[in-house]
Amino acid sequence: MNLSAIDPVLLIASLMVAATPIILAAIGELVVEKSGVLNLGVEGMMITGAICGFGVAVESGSPVLGFALAAIGGAVLAMLFGLLTQVLLSNQVATGLALTLFGLGISALIGQSYRGISPPATTRLDMGPLSDLPVIGRILFSHDWMVYFALALVAVVWAFLKFTRGGLILRAVGENHEAAHALGYKVVRIRLMAIAFGGACAGLGGAYISLVRVPQWTDGMTAGAGWIALAIVVFASWRAGRVLLGAYLFGGITVLQLNLQAAGVPVPVEVLSMSPYLITIAVLVLMTSGRRGNSAPAMLGRLFHASS
Amino acid sequence: MRLEKRPEPSRAWMVATPVLAVILTMIAGGVMFALLGKDPFVAIRTIFWDPLFNEQFAAYSRPQLLVKAAPLILIAIGLSLGFRAGVWNIGAEGQYIIGAICGAAVGLAFYPADLFIVFPLMVLAGALGGFLWAMIPGLLRVRFGTNEILVSLLLVYVAEQLVASMALGPLRNPEGGGFPGSRNLQQYSAASNGELIAGTGMHWGVVAAFISVIFAYILLNRHLTGFHIRLAGQSPRAARFGGVNPGRLVLFCMGVSGALAGLAGMFEVSGPAGQIGIDFNVGYGFTAIIVAFLGRLHPVGILLAGLLMALTYIGGELAQFMLGLPSASIQAFQGMLLFFLLAVDMLTNFRVRIGRGAKI
Repeated sequence: MNLSAIDPVLLIASLMVAATPIILAAIGELVVEKSGVLNLGVEGMMITGAICGFGVAVESGSPVLGFALAAIGGAVLAMLFGLLTQVLLSNQVATGLALTLFGLGISALIGQSYRGISPPATTRLDMGPLSDLPVIGRILFSHDWMVYFALALVAVVWAFLKFTRGGLILRAVGENHEAAHALGYKVVRIRLMAIAFGGACAGLGGAYISLVRVPQWTDGMTAGAGWIALAIVVFASWRAGRVLLGAYLFGGITVLQLNLQAAGVPVPVEVLSMSPYLITIAVLVLMTSGRRGNSAPAMLGRLFHASS
Repeated sequence: MRLEKRPEPSRAWMVATPVLAVILTMIAGGVMFALLGKDPFVAIRTIFWDPLFNEQFAAYSRPQLLVKAAPLILIAIGLSLGFRAGVWNIGAEGQYIIGAICGAAVGLAFYPADLFIVFPLMVLAGALGGFLWAMIPGLLRVRFGTNEILVSLLLVYVAEQLVASMALGPLRNPEGGGFPGSRNLQQYSAASNGELIAGTGMHWGVVAAFISVIFAYILLNRHLTGFHIRLAGQSPRAARFGGVNPGRLVLFCMGVSGALAGLAGMFEVSGPAGQIGIDFNVGYGFTAIIVAFLGRLHPVGILLAGLLMALTYIGGELAQFMLGLPSASIQAFQGMLLFFLLAVDMLTNFRVRIGRGAKI
């Protein structure tokens, strides 16, 4: 065992990378849930985004195009969910599960011919002298552009929900859809937009895993990241800022356990590998005990059908 | 076009929607197969017809139908109770794994003693293992209000790591030359869950699946607990006034579904699978969710749905072998089925009206 092999600076730097897919997926799901819809298909949308992004990036040689198509792929799958739950009024839990099962299947199907290929590298954002700063430069200013895009997205969502009229309407729909409907807001249309946004974000998160974090294609490679993103929304009490905290916490644990595996800590590899999931569960329990879920949007998962 | 809520769900559509969904899936699946460059009609026939009626394959495939359907039905019956009551145990895959580990561990502990008691003890251990694994999300929900969907699902990943460590560690076959995987239980007669009637695929898991169907039918139709389950699902508020203890109901649904999933895992490891390996689980716990919905959460429906879904597994393997159809396409096919099912389900609760009729 050699713990000194773990470089704390490198650890924190890779934590930012490990957290990015979760941030993207979770911030998208946060918007969906704020509108009162529970989409449990995050895992399916992520894996679909992962393969769409991977395939397009490999074929075109452009990671940017890959990410764009990943967002579209995720959004298309999300619209399927939207059509079923908002127009055909199906059960949201069951439909979300269907989305995950279908996404895992369809992605494995598309991904067959992409096994064992390396995608084109996503460019690192050149920050000039900032990247050369000791410690801070390595941690904060030496990542690829998606890391910063994810951070910016969190800020945008936070500002949108807090300061804009659109954000207020979105929250109103999530808190009381009958009242919002009576005021003349198009509940279904607003929710469909939120669902599409959530799908696009999940697709981006998935593509980040297949294009940057791993980077290759294997079946089911998101390995529960979508479910962890869902858990992080609960952990964040539906607040954008806290999503960041939750994702970094999770990213930190993931990176730490990988480093501990590499350092040869006398703990079975499997125990280390299961630790992120166990800790996510523990955090969920901590967050939900005491306060009885009062921060959740009131209409979360409820069916809306305008009778007149 | 607009939707009008029916005063009561339509009984005719309740039966017709799964059939309609299967037909729509076949059409959409045919399109998918055509896109993959296969003749859609041949592909559909290979999946749904050949395993049962083709002279060449039926002898092998027919027994497989029961072998594959048994775990699906066992798990789906348990899940359906919870789904009816609004208790979403979607981690059956994990409970299935833990049941298999516990069952196999008990069997291997007795190796090579040839005692009658070994197999019954394994059955108990399997059920208990699944039960306890499901109690984790159950108790967390009752005690802390933690979302059981997320916890039960996250525990699947924990269980997958656990089965890998078991296959490499404590349960590894000491005579296996260092390869991962336990002893083969099929070669240990006291712990083996072999065919009861040769050539039918009938093993104890199939018997258990049939018993569970009957048990669930009686529970839901003739028993107060079953009434509480249905009541809690349809009207949680009325259920609370009616004296239903919500916490106890959650634990009951979680416990039963976990125990049944554990049993399914135990019958699988001692029978068709034979041993605990790194990749022991093949997703029955997730497919069972589709089976439960396809069967409309009704025990008899689940029995039929389980057989149909087993057919897609066997037919999928056959199509893979005969036509080179990728195995993932069957997974996508199964996912599609659930989509269509949920989409047409609307017809049972709503009436579709064309035009803007004034009548409300």
